[in-house]
Amino acid sequence: MAKVPVQFTLNGSEKAEFVDSGTTLLNALRDKVGDTSPKGGCHQGTCGACSVIIDGELRLSCLTLAETCDGAVISTTSGLSENGVLHPLQRAFLDTFATQCGFCTPGMIMAAKVLLDHTPNPSRDEVVEALSGNICRCTGYEPIIQAVLTAARANSQNAA
Amino acid sequence: MALALQTFATVKDANAALKAQGTRYLGGGTLVVRAANEGDVSVSGLVTSTEPSLSTIAVAGDKVRIGASVTMATIAGHPELGTLAKAARAVGGPAIRNMATVGGNLFAPAPYGDFAVALLALDATVSTDSGETPIETFLANRDGSRAVVTSVNFTLPKADSFRFLKVSRVKPKGVSVLSIAAVLQQAPDGTVSAARIALGCMADRPMRARAAEKALIGRSLTKDGIAPALAAASDGTWPITDPIASAWYRNEVLPVHLGRLLLA
Repeated sequence: MAKVPVQFTLNGSEKAEFVDSGTTLLNALRDKVGDTSPKGGCHQGTCGACSVIIDGELRLSCLTLAETCDGAVISTTSGLSENGVLHPLQRAFLDTFATQCGFCTPGMIMAAKVLLDHTPNPSRDEVVEALSGNICRCTGYEPIIQAVLTAARANSQNAA
Repeated sequence: MALALQTFATVKDANAALKAQGTRYLGGGTLVVRAANEGDVSVSGLVTSTEPSLSTIAVAGDKVRIGASVTMATIAGHPELGTLAKAARAVGGPAIRNMATVGGNLFAPAPYGDFAVALLALDATVSTDSGETPIETFLANRDGSRAVVTSVNFTLPKADSFRFLKVSRVKPKGVSVLSIAAVLQQAPDGTVSAARIALGCMADRPMRARAAEKALIGRSLTKDGIAPALAAASDGTWPITDPIASAWYRNEVLPVHLGRLLLA
């Protein structure tokens, strides 16, 4: 099968790859680019573990074809920390024990990041809604909700 | 599993490419890429079009045209489509709503396709390059449909005449036990003068509750007034049984939820 060229910006770095036509973005990121932070859970659009941010919108990389992302700006959890300092969401997930097995965590964090990018001080209901496409089988969700609210408070305190 | 994707600038060219056996149209990917990921070997190639009209919403007075590639998130956030926001938000979580298209929703099998239930209640028409088809006819024949859907078109209802309800076990997002959309017109005395009620998950695709609609005419929206409609709600239904609910359960709870919708 003919390879197709794909270029996109991943976490601030230009990437160029040749992929098989029809390759999902999830597989391109994990197998070609080497960014294994998006996880392949259900491959059905149900679990949210593969969530990434494409051009500012939360998307499921398992249902997105890599070649449709040519020219896109993509963010994943692996690009959140800066100079070894964790992003406030990552710090909050650690501090509030919002991660157990960790499989859902990258997707949860990207869903939460989109929320906080648009709504810096969300209500609890807004957090629940923002995470409603992401499944966690360990935590019971409450620590995750608290982590997002904690990160939002940390952001607002830093901004003040 | 890799599939060859062909992208065309025009719907006309996409339609020509779709004639090849095994090709499917790629909208947001939430149905067809999912099918491919699941191992559906009937999908051997994908076709999509970037024609701009597929991604636009046009509102002229109360006439609405939504391009088939418009996503649920776009509909939910559109300032002139606030009436339908609840139905658009009923679809999936935030990521799915950023991807799932109105055209794709017409093909979503139960228990999915909640927005198509709303479109059925709105008496929408479905456009392809060959012309417009009433949504009821389109849904009945969708399995054999090979033409790219270009838009859905409908008359925007008055805010208080359109009602939508999705029932799911998981809150706030969950797969439908059932969904109901209704467009009700009331006479000055409050009695129902016209009703269109559409049901999701009560068959393999959205269906009209014709018996309930008929039983509502001339009745007031009170507990006693709607009783005949509730008694007739399950006429002609053939609900799916899936891990969310059995057909029996769906039929049992349908009158309860229809009652809540009508009395809301």
